[in-house]
Amino acid sequence: MNDARDSAPMIRFEHVGMRYGVGPEILRDLTFAIAPCSFQFLTGPSGAGKSTLLKLIMLSLRPTRGVIEMYGSDVARMSETELTMVRRKTGVVFQEFRLLDHLTTFENVALPMRVQGRAEASYRPEVVELLQWVGLGDRMHVLPPVLSGGEKQRAAIARALIAKPEFLIADEPTGNVDPTLARRLLRLFVELHRLGTAIIIATHDYSLMEQFEARRMVLGDGRLHIHEAVLEEPQR
Amino acid sequence: MRGGARGTAASEAQEASGKARVTVPRTAAGEATLFRRQSSLVPQRSIAGRSLVMVIAIMTFLACLAAGAAHLVAGAVNDWTSSIQSEMTIEVRPMPGRDIESDVAAAAEAARKTTGISGVKVYTRAESEALLQPWVGTGLDVTDLPIPRMITLSQEPKARPDTADLSRRLAAIGPAASLDDHRAFISRLSTMANALIVVAVGIVALVLAASALAVGFATRSAVALNHEVVEVLHLVGADDNFVAREFQRRFFALGIEGGALGAAAAAICYFIAGILSTKFASSAAADQMEAVFGSFQFGALGYAIIAMVAMTVAYSTSVVSRMTVKRRLRTMA
Ligand SMILES: Nc1ncnc2c1ncn2[C@@H]1O[C@H](COP(=O)(O)OP(=O)(O)OP(=O)(O)O)[C@@H](O)[C@H]1O
Ligand SMILES: [Mg+2]
Repeated sequence: MNDARDSAPMIRFEHVGMRYGVGPEILRDLTFAIAPCSFQFLTGPSGAGKSTLLKLIMLSLRPTRGVIEMYGSDVARMSETELTMVRRKTGVVFQEFRLLDHLTTFENVALPMRVQGRAEASYRPEVVELLQWVGLGDRMHVLPPVLSGGEKQRAAIARALIAKPEFLIADEPTGNVDPTLARRLLRLFVELHRLGTAIIIATHDYSLMEQFEARRMVLGDGRLHIHEAVLEEPQR
Repeated sequence: MRGGARGTAASEAQEASGKARVTVPRTAAGEATLFRRQSSLVPQRSIAGRSLVMVIAIMTFLACLAAGAAHLVAGAVNDWTSSIQSEMTIEVRPMPGRDIESDVAAAAEAARKTTGISGVKVYTRAESEALLQPWVGTGLDVTDLPIPRMITLSQEPKARPDTADLSRRLAAIGPAASLDDHRAFISRLSTMANALIVVAVGIVALVLAASALAVGFATRSAVALNHEVVEVLHLVGADDNFVAREFQRRFFALGIEGGALGAAAAAICYFIAGILSTKFASSAAADQMEAVFGSFQFGALGYAIIAMVAMTVAYSTSVVSRMTVKRRLRTMA
């Protein structure tokens, strides 16, 4: 199912470097590719630049040097419309959730559908179903500030998944939930991966990574070391 | 390619985790009642809405007053000129060595021959003296005074009498008779009135510009305050047009509210002024009032102008906020 070998990369970094302002270079000379339908963990010590790397991938930051290509075209040369189209194919779970506090959980999760101009009635059942599946069925109409950390996290995950992205970026998606729920959420990501979504999950949770054999991208000292998955994914 | 995929994913994973966390009953009717109107993506609180509505209302009020004044002046000038234009007079001055009666008769005859003139009224000596009476009193014997004589001419409605021809004929009679068609007066009057209208329109334009600036300012601060919202919207796939529309919608609502308030206040002012002026009409000052203001003809057109100003304000509010947001978004990118 993992047909990474024959397809062109979804994302390609070439000698990418990144610094904030005049600070030190946090990412140095990264060159790697992410294939469609692939699954990878991104790990490394706190402050290593995992979130920074993910922000580059989700096009919320521009690199200070190097080239980032998505779906075969240079990000720096994409028009506003092309960038929007790429973003619509990408689902993001932010480390700090970034739910909008004035919208209900339902509205937050439905946001990617709403910004595409779709009518609420057309996506309501999907949103409700997904919310119920992540266990927020009874929290649908409350505002994020009254949600617990884990509930916010699940809402953030639901928002990233609702538009059935081709590519899912998740920054510490299990940082705030108990191990049982973490396992359950991982299963959700794995299911999505099997259905054809490329996935990158940043985490320092080794027990989580041990549950699923996948490519590991390890950041340290601004450089990236990649350990390809030894096994094909476990049979089901 | 993954239509309906989540259904399977969900049920499989649910099986795997062993317990369903679903607690809400899933009856369609129950859900429908739970969903309220979609909330605005731009938080209501983040826009200085009350003060902006007040600013827009005040601006609209002033603009409406100015536009209404221009309308009144234009109406009054129109009244004056049309009533003056339909009247011309020939003045025949008594001159030594000339017979005034024959001059008057000749002038009246010349007027009758001119095309476009429908009525010629010659004031007799007695009538002319009567006209003087209010000024000189009844006690004075005016029989020996050399009193100029008037001939008033009325014209067919819409006709343009050939005044040049008439002037030529009068000149042929002699130096005593001259035509006064009030042209100089009318042109001076309309120059002044036009100047007033230009000033009023200028005020309307300035006020609209000021309120547009206020809206631009409020929009910029709203975008800055909602920086996080805007960024999240972008990251979940909104384009600039979508974001701009969300702001525009909020500001358009504020513009309509402010514009309606201001226009209503101005309309009430003109309505009350209209009532007062008709009250005055029965008093002694009425004629003077009417001479200055016309007969206070605000009318339906006046209220339509006020409504138009208000709509312009609301529309420009929405356009300005949209342009401002789009410009801010371009600089943010
Ligand atoms: N906006 C910013 N401006 C300046 N420096 C920043 C900014 N964001 C992150 N950094 C710095 O960049 C470095 C990497 O941060 P980043 O958030 O990418 O780390 P991380 O690997 O995600 O850490 P964690 O595991 O704790 O989430 C840190 O030293 C941080 O201080
Ligand atoms: Mg991080």
